[in-house]
Amino acid sequence: MNFGVLVFPGSNCDHDCAHAVEEGLRQDVQLIWHQETSLEGVDAVIVPGGFSYGDYLRTGAIAQFSPIMEVLKEFAAQGGLVLGICNGFQILLEVGLLPGVMMRNRDLSFICEDVYVKVENAATPFTNACESGQVLKLPIAHAEGNYYTDPVTLSSLQANAQVVFRYCTAEGKVTPEVNPNGSLDNIAGIRNATGNVLGLMPHPERCAESVLGNQDGLSLFRSMVNAFTEVSSS
Amino acid sequence: MKAKIHVTLKSGILDPQGRAIQQSLATLGFSTVNDVRVGKFLEVELRDSDQTQAETQLKAMCEKLLANTVIEDYRYELETSEPTTTP
Repeated sequence: MNFGVLVFPGSNCDHDCAHAVEEGLRQDVQLIWHQETSLEGVDAVIVPGGFSYGDYLRTGAIAQFSPIMEVLKEFAAQGGLVLGICNGFQILLEVGLLPGVMMRNRDLSFICEDVYVKVENAATPFTNACESGQVLKLPIAHAEGNYYTDPVTLSSLQANAQVVFRYCTAEGKVTPEVNPNGSLDNIAGIRNATGNVLGLMPHPERCAESVLGNQDGLSLFRSMVNAFTEVSSS
Repeated sequence: MKAKIHVTLKSGILDPQGRAIQQSLATLGFSTVNDVRVGKFLEVELRDSDQTQAETQLKAMCEKLLANTVIEDYRYELETSEPTTTP
């Protein structure tokens, strides 16, 4: 399987993502500069974290107009798997591949810590290696992770099982106390209506091998490989 | 001509920055401050001298990039270089 990792000026988790799929799952991966205009030969795209364009104006606001984004929209429309992590999630929101917007964290601080998230939907191409209700320990590192959307969109996200990850306790209880950033409904990650695009604030690539002391993040990338293998063998 | 663009959070959207500033002002003794909302101010220099065209352009700029209309409102004023009698 061929992964493509997008690289914007200011991306800083691109190599970590490439390393996770290359070393952790022995899959092919290529870095794709944002000025490129083709995703030829790419089976799944990761939009990595970082500070694309220095977070100028709003996080992800300027990156959404990079040439590769037009191609990415087409790729997603045809059912291609797209995973947005942290700033990558923010870019997917700005470009409209996922609904809603990220606001400054409730307490205005940049938060860098391990959090627990509950897998609310294990029937997605990004979570099929997890159990429904499983708790993953993943690191977050962001100042704008306070997810917001209008009540109508929120209801439809909830009704269609598009809320895939929610912040929770180590035991899997979703409570306001463990919400790190004020995110609506403790949302840590959502998918689109067709299920092939997912964005999350935590960084699975930072905990995808045993030497890092935590491999919980690897299950997301493994799920993508599972999903791809299933589709191509059917 | 020059456009002055204000991008502000919609009313009802929580503004933690504004709240922190309000609290800080209260600490400094400015106890009459009821509320503070933080927004963005942009000055855009336009080559176009046609007011109607400029306004169409400005609206598109705000909708596409300068504001995220899910949570933000925008408004703009146009300043022509020559003094004008219309308000």
